[in-house]
Amino acid sequence: MDSIGGTVKNPGSTRNNKTGSWRTFKPLLDKEKCIKCENCILFCPEGCINKDYDIDYDYCKGCGICDVECPVKAIKMERE
Amino acid sequence: MVVKVISANQAVSNAVKLAKPQVIPVYPITPQTSISEYLAKYVADGDIDSEYIMVESEHSAISAAVGASGTGVRVFTATSSQGLALMHEILFAAAGLRNPIVMANANRALAAPLSIWNDHQDSISQRDTGWMQIYVENGQEALDSILKCYKISEDHDVLLPSMVCLDGFILTHTVEPVDIPSQELVDSFLPDYQPQESFLDPLNPRSLGTFADPNYYMEARYQMEVAMQKSKKIIKKVNQEFKEIFGRENSFVEEYRCEGAEIILVAMGSICSTIRDVVDDMRDRGKKVGLLKVSNYRPFPEKEIFEAVKNADRIAVLDKNISFGMGGALYTEIRANIDVESYGFIVGLGGRDITPNHIEDIVNKTLNPIKKITWIGLKEEV
Repeated sequence: MDSIGGTVKNPGSTRNNKTGSWRTFKPLLDKEKCIKCENCILFCPEGCINKDYDIDYDYCKGCGICDVECPVKAIKMERE
Repeated sequence: MVVKVISANQAVSNAVKLAKPQVIPVYPITPQTSISEYLAKYVADGDIDSEYIMVESEHSAISAAVGASGTGVRVFTATSSQGLALMHEILFAAAGLRNPIVMANANRALAAPLSIWNDHQDSISQRDTGWMQIYVENGQEALDSILKCYKISEDHDVLLPSMVCLDGFILTHTVEPVDIPSQELVDSFLPDYQPQESFLDPLNPRSLGTFADPNYYMEARYQMEVAMQKSKKIIKKVNQEFKEIFGRENSFVEEYRCEGAEIILVAMGSICSTIRDVVDDMRDRGKKVGLLKVSNYRPFPEKEIFEAVKNADRIAVLDKNISFGMGGALYTEIRANIDVESYGFIVGLGGRDITPNHIEDIVNKTLNPIKKITWIGLKEEV
C-alpha cells in the first residue's frame, strides 16, 4: 500500500472495485420491445445503462428499478 | 522567556497559543474547562489567529478536529473523562486517518459512580486507539509536552495523534511556577505545519476516510504499528532538540535515586512528586528505594524501563486505573515485558488521596509480599 491512512491518491478508484457480483437478479433488456423512452437510463441509481441501452453488468447490482419503470415491459429480471 | 505562577490548564493553553493551531474545536468539561475558556479568550482577544469551533459535544469536538486536520491544518482539542469516552469512536478514526492532532486530557475518573476527581481510567481506556500518550508530572511538563507532541505527531515517520494526560485538579487547578518560552524560540523548534499525506488538496485530488475491503484494511493497520514503533526514535530526537533549545530534559522514563535501589517504585503523572519526597525520606533512613517515572505510555518504552529496573530486587507498580480481574494497565504491561519480580498497587481511584504513608506502605508490602495486586488506601478490607 503506497498511501498512508487509507488515502486514495488517484480519483476514480471505485471503478476498480467491480460490484456486479452482488446481483441476484439480472435485468435483460429486449431491444425489439424498447421504445427508447430513457426511463431506465434516468432511474438506474448506478448509471449502468448507456444511451445505446446496453447494461453494464460489471456494476449493475440487480435492484430491478429499470424493470419497474419500463412502460412497455421490455426488461425482464432473471435469476442468475 | 518568562516565569509565571499558573495552573497546568493555563500552561497547556499557553503552549497551544505558542503552537498556533489554526482550528480549535473544544467542548468544556470539568476539570478541563479552563483550557477551553483560556483558548476562547485568546481567540476573542486576537492573541491567536485560530478558528474556535463551539461544538455541541465531545463527539463533535473530535469529529471537527478530524475534519479540520483533513484540510491540512494544525488542530488542538482538549477534554476529560466522560468527554474522552464519548470521543472513543472518533479517536480510532483520527489515528487511522493519520491526523496529527494534539489533545490535552485532564485525567478524571469515569462513572459510575459519578466522580469529577482524578484517576487515569479515562485515558488508559483509550490505550488501543492508536494515539500516543504522555503523562505529565507538573505544569511545566504539560506546557513542554504540547509543543513536543506537535513535532512528534507531525513527523512524516509518525503521523499519529498525541494525547497529553494531566492529572485533574492535582495539576489542572494547582498553580506553580511555569517557564513560558518566547514565541521566537518556539517558532525555531516548531515551524508552521506542512501537511504531507492525509489531507485534501484541490491541486492534487484524493479521497480521505475511504472504505477498505479485506484486501486493504490490514496493511493500513500495520502501517500504524510501524509508525508507533518508529515514533520511539522520533520522540528521542525531539526530546534532544527540545533540550538544546529550551534547556529542559525529558525522556521516556526518568530515574530518581534508582542507583543501588533494592526496590523501585514505578508510576506515571503527578503522584511521582509525592513518591520523590518519600524516596528522599526513606533514603535518609538508609532504605534503598528509588522512583522510576514513566512519561510515555504509548509507545510503551519497555527497553528504557528494563534498563532502569534490571538491577532492582523488586519493583512496585502504582496504577491509578484498573482492568477488573487483571490489575492496573502499567503493571500488567510491565509484567508482560520485564523480567523483574513485580507487584501491582491500585491507588487513588476517583481522587482518593495518596499520602506519603501509603507510599511507605507500598514499599513495605513489596518487601513482604502477600499478593500480586493490592488496593491501597481502602477504608477497610473488602
